[in-house]
Amino acid sequence: MDIFGDIPWYIYFAAMILKVLVAFVFVLLTVAYATYAERKLIGFMQVRIGPNRTGPIGLLQPIADGIKLFFKEEIIPAQASKFAFVLAPLVALVPAFISFAVIPFGDSIQIAGYKFPLQIAAYADKAGTVYDLNIGVLYILAMASLGVYGIVLAGWSSNSKYSLLGGLRASAQMISYELAAGLAIVCVFMVSQSLSLQAIVADQSGLFGWYIFRNPFLFVAGIIFFICSLAEINRTPFDLPEAETELVSGFCTEYSSMKYAMFFMAEYANMVTVCAVMTTLFLGGWHGPLPSVLNFIAKVYVLMFVCMWIRATYPRYRYDQLMKLGWKVFLPITLFLIMGNAIWMTLFK
Amino acid sequence: MAGAYLPIILLLAIAVCFGLGSLVFSSLIGQKKLSAVKLQPYECGCEPVGSAQERFSIKFYLIAMLFILFDIECVFLYPWAVLFKRLGVFGIMEMGAFMLILFVGYIYIWKKGALEWE
Amino acid sequence: METLFFLIVAAIAVICSLMVVTNKNPINSALSLIMTFFCLATLYVMLEAPFMAAIQVIVYAGAIMVLIVFVIMLLNIKSEAGRRTSHALFMGISVGLLLLVQTWYLLVKSSLSSVRGTVDSAMISKVGHTELIGKSLFTDFLLPFEITSILLLVAIVGAVVLSKKKL
Repeated sequence: MDIFGDIPWYIYFAAMILKVLVAFVFVLLTVAYATYAERKLIGFMQVRIGPNRTGPIGLLQPIADGIKLFFKEEIIPAQASKFAFVLAPLVALVPAFISFAVIPFGDSIQIAGYKFPLQIAAYADKAGTVYDLNIGVLYILAMASLGVYGIVLAGWSSNSKYSLLGGLRASAQMISYELAAGLAIVCVFMVSQSLSLQAIVADQSGLFGWYIFRNPFLFVAGIIFFICSLAEINRTPFDLPEAETELVSGFCTEYSSMKYAMFFMAEYANMVTVCAVMTTLFLGGWHGPLPSVLNFIAKVYVLMFVCMWIRATYPRYRYDQLMKLGWKVFLPITLFLIMGNAIWMTLFK
Repeated sequence: MAGAYLPIILLLAIAVCFGLGSLVFSSLIGQKKLSAVKLQPYECGCEPVGSAQERFSIKFYLIAMLFILFDIECVFLYPWAVLFKRLGVFGIMEMGAFMLILFVGYIYIWKKGALEWE
Repeated sequence: METLFFLIVAAIAVICSLMVVTNKNPINSALSLIMTFFCLATLYVMLEAPFMAAIQVIVYAGAIMVLIVFVIMLLNIKSEAGRRTSHALFMGISVGLLLLVQTWYLLVKSSLSSVRGTVDSAMISKVGHTELIGKSLFTDFLLPFEITSILLLVAIVGAVVLSKKKL
C-alpha cells in the first residue's frame, strides 16, 4: 500500500506538520477570542461595555482568564468516580478539536512545483490529484456523535444531582438533534454525489452554486442543519443542560480549574466546527471574491456572529418543547425534504 | 490513500497532549486547600441527601433506542444519496418504500405518545 | 511500517477488550468497549473500507454505546459488579478457548486464499468505497435492504412496547 503517492516523504511530512500546527493554533486562538467577542457583543447588545480592563479595550481578557484558571484549585468531589471524572473533560475536548481535520479551509496552493491542498487530512501527488478522506462528512458526523460521552461521563461521575440531570438532558438532546442534522445533510449528498469535502466545495463555485441556493429544499435543509447543530452543541436557545436558573451549571457543576476550562473550550471549538461545516456544506466553502482562505474565515466568523446574536436575542426553550421540536418538527420535515429534493431533482434535471 | 489519514493521527496526538498537559500542569501549579466540606457535591449549601447516581426516567432510555433505529435509517440513506443520480427513478422508489415503512413506525411512536415529555 | 502500525492498533484493541471483561466498574467497561470500536474502525480504514469505519463509529460507538451507557446508569448496576463466581470464569474461559480453536481451524483449513471477490484496492480508489457498497446494496441486495426496514419497524414497536407502562 502506498501511503502518500509519489511525493517525497519530507515534503509530505513538512506540509502535514505545518498544516496541523497552523490550524490547531488558529482554532485555539479563535476559541479564546470567541469567548471575548461573545462577552463584548452581548455586552453591546445589552447596552453594557463588556470586558474592558485587561489590555486595550479588554483584548487580553481571554489570556488573563486562561492564566487565572490554571492557578485555580482543582477539586475532585469525594464521592465522584475519579477516573471518569478526570477523563470526561478530555473526552469532550478531543473530538471537538479533531473534527475540523477534514474541512478544506482554502483552495490548493502551488509551491515549488508541488500542490498542497489547504485541508489537514489531504495531500496531492505530483500530477496534482488531490486525495482526501472520501468519507469526509461521515468523519465529522462520527466525531460529533462522540461529543455526547464527555457530557454523559461528566454528569454521571460527579455524583451530584444537578450534574446528573444536566448530563442526561444534554445527552438526550444531543442524540435527538444529531438525528435531524444527519438527515438534513442527506440532501447535500444527493446534489454533490460525493462524501468528500473537496468534491463538495469544488461543486459550489459562484454564488448560485452554493448548495443553500440550489433549490428550495436545500435552503430549508441548510437552515434546519444549522439550528440542529446549535442544539447539538448545546448553544442558546438550546442550552438546557447548563440552564443556570434550574441546574446551577448542569453537567459541569462540580468542575473547577482547567477541567472546567476544557468543557468551555470544547463548547467554543464545537461552535467553530459547526460554523465551518455549515460554511463548507451549504455556503460555498472557500469560494468567494477574496483570496480563498479569507473567504472561508469570513464566512465562519459571520456564522459565529450569528450564533452570538442568537444567544443575545432568544430566551431558552423548555425541555419538553425542545424534545418536541427535535422529534416532532425537525425529524418529519427532514424526511419530507429528502423525498421532496429527490422528486425536484428528477423533475428539474 | 492512507496518507490522508495520517494527519488525523497527528492532530489527535496533539489534542490529547494539549488536554493532558493542561490537566497535569494546572493540578501541579493550582493551590490545594481541600476540606471535607469542599469535597461534597454542590447542593445549594445544604447537606447532600443520598447518592446522585440514582435510577432515572425510562424516557431517556426510550429516546436512546429510537435514536439507534433512526440512526441506522440515516446510515442507509448516505450511500443512497451518494448514488442518487446514478440510480435514477428506480432509486427513489426503492428508498420511498424503505422510508414509507419506517414512517409508519414513526407515526406509531407518535400516536403511542413515546415522544411526549410530560 | 504498516505491519508495525497494525500491531500497535491490534494490541490496543486486545488490551481494551480484555479491560471490558476485567473492569469492576461497568462504566469503565463501556469506555473500554468504545476504545475497542475505535481500534476496529482504524483497522477498517487500513483495509481500505472507510465507510465501514465511519459507520462503526457512528452506529456502534455513537449510538449503541450511548444506549448501553444509559442502561448502566439507569439500572445503577455499580454495586452488583462485584459478584463474579469462579463458575462463570471457568465457563467463559472454556467457551473463549473453543471459539479460538474454531477460528484457527477455519483459518487454516478453509479455502480463504482461493476465493476472491471482484473488489480490489484499485477499484476502491477509483469508484469509492461508499459508492461500491451503495451499488451492491441497491441493486444486488435490494430485497434484504427492504426487509431491513421491516426489521427496523419491528424494533421501533418493540422499543415502545418495552418502555411504555400502558399502551
